[in-house]
Amino acid sequence: MAEVLVLVDHVDGEIKKNTYEMLTAARRLGEPSAVVVGTPGTAAKLAEGLAAHGAEKVYVAESDDAVNYLSTPQVDALAALVERVSPPAVLIAAGADGREVAGRLAVRTNSGWLNDLVEVDGQREGTHSIFGGAFTVQSHATTDTAVISWRAGSIEVEENAGAGTQENVELPAIDEAKSARVSNRAPIVGGDRPELTEANVVVAGGRGVGSADNFNVVETLADSLHAAVGASRAAVDSGYYPNQFQVGQTGKTVSPQLYIALGISGAIQHRAGMQTSKTIVAVNKDPEAPIFEIADFGVVGDLFSISPQLTEEVGKRSS
Amino acid sequence: MNIVVLIKQVPDTWSERTLSDSDKTLDRASSDAVLDEINERAVEEALKIKEAGDAEVTILTVGPDRATDAIRKALSMGADKAVHVNDEALHGSDAVTTAKVLAKAVGTVGDVDLVLAGNEATDGRSGAMAGMLGELLGWPSLTHANALTVENGTASVKRETDEGTCDVTASLPAVVSVGEKINEPRYPSFKGIMAAKKKPVSALGISDLGLEAGEVGLAGSLVQVDSFAPRPPKSGGQKVEDEGDGGQKIAEFLVGQKLI
Repeated sequence: MAEVLVLVDHVDGEIKKNTYEMLTAARRLGEPSAVVVGTPGTAAKLAEGLAAHGAEKVYVAESDDAVNYLSTPQVDALAALVERVSPPAVLIAAGADGREVAGRLAVRTNSGWLNDLVEVDGQREGTHSIFGGAFTVQSHATTDTAVISWRAGSIEVEENAGAGTQENVELPAIDEAKSARVSNRAPIVGGDRPELTEANVVVAGGRGVGSADNFNVVETLADSLHAAVGASRAAVDSGYYPNQFQVGQTGKTVSPQLYIALGISGAIQHRAGMQTSKTIVAVNKDPEAPIFEIADFGVVGDLFSISPQLTEEVGKRSS
Repeated sequence: MNIVVLIKQVPDTWSERTLSDSDKTLDRASSDAVLDEINERAVEEALKIKEAGDAEVTILTVGPDRATDAIRKALSMGADKAVHVNDEALHGSDAVTTAKVLAKAVGTVGDVDLVLAGNEATDGRSGAMAGMLGELLGWPSLTHANALTVENGTASVKRETDEGTCDVTASLPAVVSVGEKINEPRYPSFKGIMAAKKKPVSALGISDLGLEAGEVGLAGSLVQVDSFAPRPPKSGGQKVEDEGDGGQKIAEFLVGQKLI
């Protein structure tokens, strides 16, 4: 069976859930091989989790410089492996960093790039969701290798033990004239809540929340459901909630099992970031709010009475 | 300093966007076209460098005839000239192919020190054109900048993405992509709008770039679209008025869906 490469998405010695999704998807195409790019010792911390989720091989591309340059070490490692093992597909997380690696790798290896896939349909083919989920598109790469950007939350993670055999990959020396040097890295940490794009449940607030202080109503409901908190652009622009939590065309695209919209009217630009959620619940004072057109369950009313009541009901059922 | 700014005309995100049945490409005729908002920030950043020192700012776009509107807008903000790559053969080019065309077109501008671009267009959303172009030109790419300084042959940016922040530096020539927070783009003045009408726009076809028809467009792309379908419209579900039990009603619904 052909080896299928998965670039491991990791931060601070922890594997992101998206990596397990990609290993699950890779298993459908061939034998998953995980690729770890990091400082010396990184792979040792991640190996167990990767093997438990189906990695037959773990390629270890480690150097002190791996964290000192922007995407170049990842592109170098993957390009070397594409040449070595001719994989039908390379899967990379579809975040900002991952897409940069994917685009550069596609250019360097002259491979077709399938961006933002939500399904793999074959070794070099898959399904994309575009225009914020308004369309699905099936496409395939015509090259020997397809570079795939994988959208988080698109597949159920399966545990599937793999051998996890480690093999070293030498990273070439960095060419300073072609590379961008990185310093002062500060990953965004979301605190105790799950990450927005990886959460099973998202509770989001909009203009109707009315103030930054009032957002604790949204947060309290979110915490009762172990959910991530999101915000509409209107809420972010009004300063109610930080930018990194914005859901929509100019923010993040989320696709959770459950999306609860509180005081969000549901402008087309917001819907573009959340309409592929499996179940949508909306609370809004305005019965004409467009969010109700896509909500599976909508309540016309005041979020400040409905949300705390829901929090209490959730509490009763989980205790 | 010689600066090239990449711009792109996109369908307005406030209009309905769709694909064309015949060749499965973006149906540009069905929606309003606008200069992508993020590109205005890239133009603004180039103009700030020009105003602080000495620079010539060239706008570069790949697109059909009506992309002229987007070019004129960028020129009316204060850019000096433009290159418009416009060729029927380009229709349907994928991201990798578009990057190749852009790299060739940057080569026509002369000794370029800096290429500026938006970090992500609102239509294709590949969000990687700066990196891809850097790869092709053999230049470093500094992406998702929310602040940029260029001095002594070095570009430094404050990079910000959903995943975190960091500082990035590289030597020129380089490609920089800008994020939403980098600046507030100026409005074109009346004088700027009038002046833009006289600024030179050179129209190039693919043969001017040394490319063959088979290398670009649908034929040259490394990805082929097989089919597409609009997402089945979500039939509006249940909607109830709150009668003091709205929260309980939602909880019952969620229990029914096995979500809690």
